[in-house]
Amino acid sequence: MRFLLAGLCVGALLAGHAPAMAQQAGNTVRMPSLESFRPQGASGRLPLTSGVTMFEGASGGGLTPWATIGGYGTRDQIGATAFGTFIPTSDFRVYSTGALIGLYNRLELSYARSRFDTQRLGGDLGLRNGFSFDQDVFGVKLRLFGDLVLDQDSWLPQVAIGAMYRQNDRGSLVRALGAQRNSDADYYISATRLFLAQSLLVNTTLRLTRANEFGFLGFGGNRGDQYKLMPEVSVAYLVNRNVAVGAEYRRRPRNLEGVSRDNDAFDFFVAWNPVRNVSLTVGYVDLGRIVTRREQRGAYVSLNIGF
Amino acid sequence: MLRTRMGALALATLLAAPLAPQGASAQPATETFPIINSPTIFQEFGGLEGLRRLMEVFEEELIRNPETRPFFANRDNSRTKQQLVDQICQILGGGCVYRGATMRDSHRNMGVNNAQFLGLVEAFQIAMDRQRIPSFTQNRLLAVLAPMSRDIITR
Repeated sequence: MRFLLAGLCVGALLAGHAPAMAQQAGNTVRMPSLESFRPQGASGRLPLTSGVTMFEGASGGGLTPWATIGGYGTRDQIGATAFGTFIPTSDFRVYSTGALIGLYNRLELSYARSRFDTQRLGGDLGLRNGFSFDQDVFGVKLRLFGDLVLDQDSWLPQVAIGAMYRQNDRGSLVRALGAQRNSDADYYISATRLFLAQSLLVNTTLRLTRANEFGFLGFGGNRGDQYKLMPEVSVAYLVNRNVAVGAEYRRRPRNLEGVSRDNDAFDFFVAWNPVRNVSLTVGYVDLGRIVTRREQRGAYVSLNIGF
Repeated sequence: MLRTRMGALALATLLAAPLAPQGASAQPATETFPIINSPTIFQEFGGLEGLRRLMEVFEEELIRNPETRPFFANRDNSRTKQQLVDQICQILGGGCVYRGATMRDSHRNMGVNNAQFLGLVEAFQIAMDRQRIPSFTQNRLLAVLAPMSRDIITR
C-alpha cells in the first residue's frame, strides 16, 4: 500500500510540474470538463484514446494492452503518464504503480511494479499471512501504422507490437509451485479501431506468453513450457467527451498443475476524465481462479495522471 | 425553398462557366463532402439556425483555446463561419452546397500542426457541448471531419 501511495505522489508531482515541462515539450493534454484547469498552450486527444493500464504498465483498456501510445503527446510531442491501481479480490489484494513515456505517438516505454498480497490466505497456503509476490514489468511498444482517431475513412486499424519483460521476486517459491522460471517476456500485437460514427472502440490483442497468473506465479510450468498464443479483446463505448464504459476479456495459459484452474479474466469498467490529464477508472474484474477454488473477483480503482 | 434557390444558383454558375474568361481568373476548385445518411441529424443540430448559432459559439471557443487563438483572434471570421455553416449543413444532409475552396487549398500556407488541429477539434466539441448536441451525434459528424486532417495539417 505504501508504494502505491508513493507512486501516486510521484504522479501528482509530475503532473504538478506539467505546465513548466509542457512549455518545453509543446504541451500534451486532454480535453477538460472544467475550463479553469486548462494550462497554457494545451493540445488534446479524445478521452481514452491514450489508454489506461491496470497493473502491466502498457497503455490500453486496463487488463489488455492496446495499439495506443500512452501519454497525451501528439506525433510531435513527448508525453508521460503515472498510474496507481488497487484491486481487492475475494482472497487477495493487488497493488500496482508505475509510469510510461510516449514518444511522438510512435514508441511507448513503460514500467510497473505490482504487489500480489495473499492476505490471510497466505497462511492457509503454507506461507505466512500477508505474504506477497512482487513483480516488475518493463514494457516497450511500437506503433506500426494507423491513427485510430483520424483515420475514420480507412478500414485499417491502428496497429502496434510490444513486449513485456517481467521479473517476479519469489524465484524459489514459484519454482516450488511448479513454475519453470521467475522472469520472462511476453510478446504481443494489438489492433485498435475507433468507430467514431458509432462512438465505439474495439481492440484485439494476440499475446505470446507462458506467464502464470499474469506472472505473479512465475512463468511456464509442469503442465507446459511452450509459449502459447492468447487472445484478448476490449470494447469501449464513448458516452460523452469525458466518460467511456467498456469490457475486456483475456485468456491465459494453464501451465501449473493444480494451481491455475481457470483460463479467463474479464472486466467491466467506467473511465472518467474529471479534469485535464486525469483519468479515473472504476470497474469490476474477475481474474479467474488463482491458486484457490474461489474466483478472484472484486471492484477495482485505477488512477492515471498524465502530462 | 433553400434547396430550389441553391439549385438555381448552382445551375446559373454551371451555365455561366463556359462564358467566363479563361486563364488567371478561372474558378478555383471547390470540394464536395460526404453526406451522413440520416433523416434526423440535421435537425439534431438545430437546422440552419442551429448551425449559425453553433459557429458563433465555435468562434468563441477557437479564440479561447491557446492553440487556435492565433488563427482566429482579432480578425473578422464572418466569411469562414458562413462557409462552415454551408459545409456542415451539406454534410448533415441539410441541402446546402459548399462553394468555398478545397480543404487543402484553404489551409495550404497556414502551417497547421497536429496539436493545433486537435485544439480545433476540442474547441468544436466544447461548442457542440454548449449547444447541447448529444455526444453520439457529435461523434457522427466528427467521423466525417476527422479524415480532413490530412489536408489541413501541413506541419
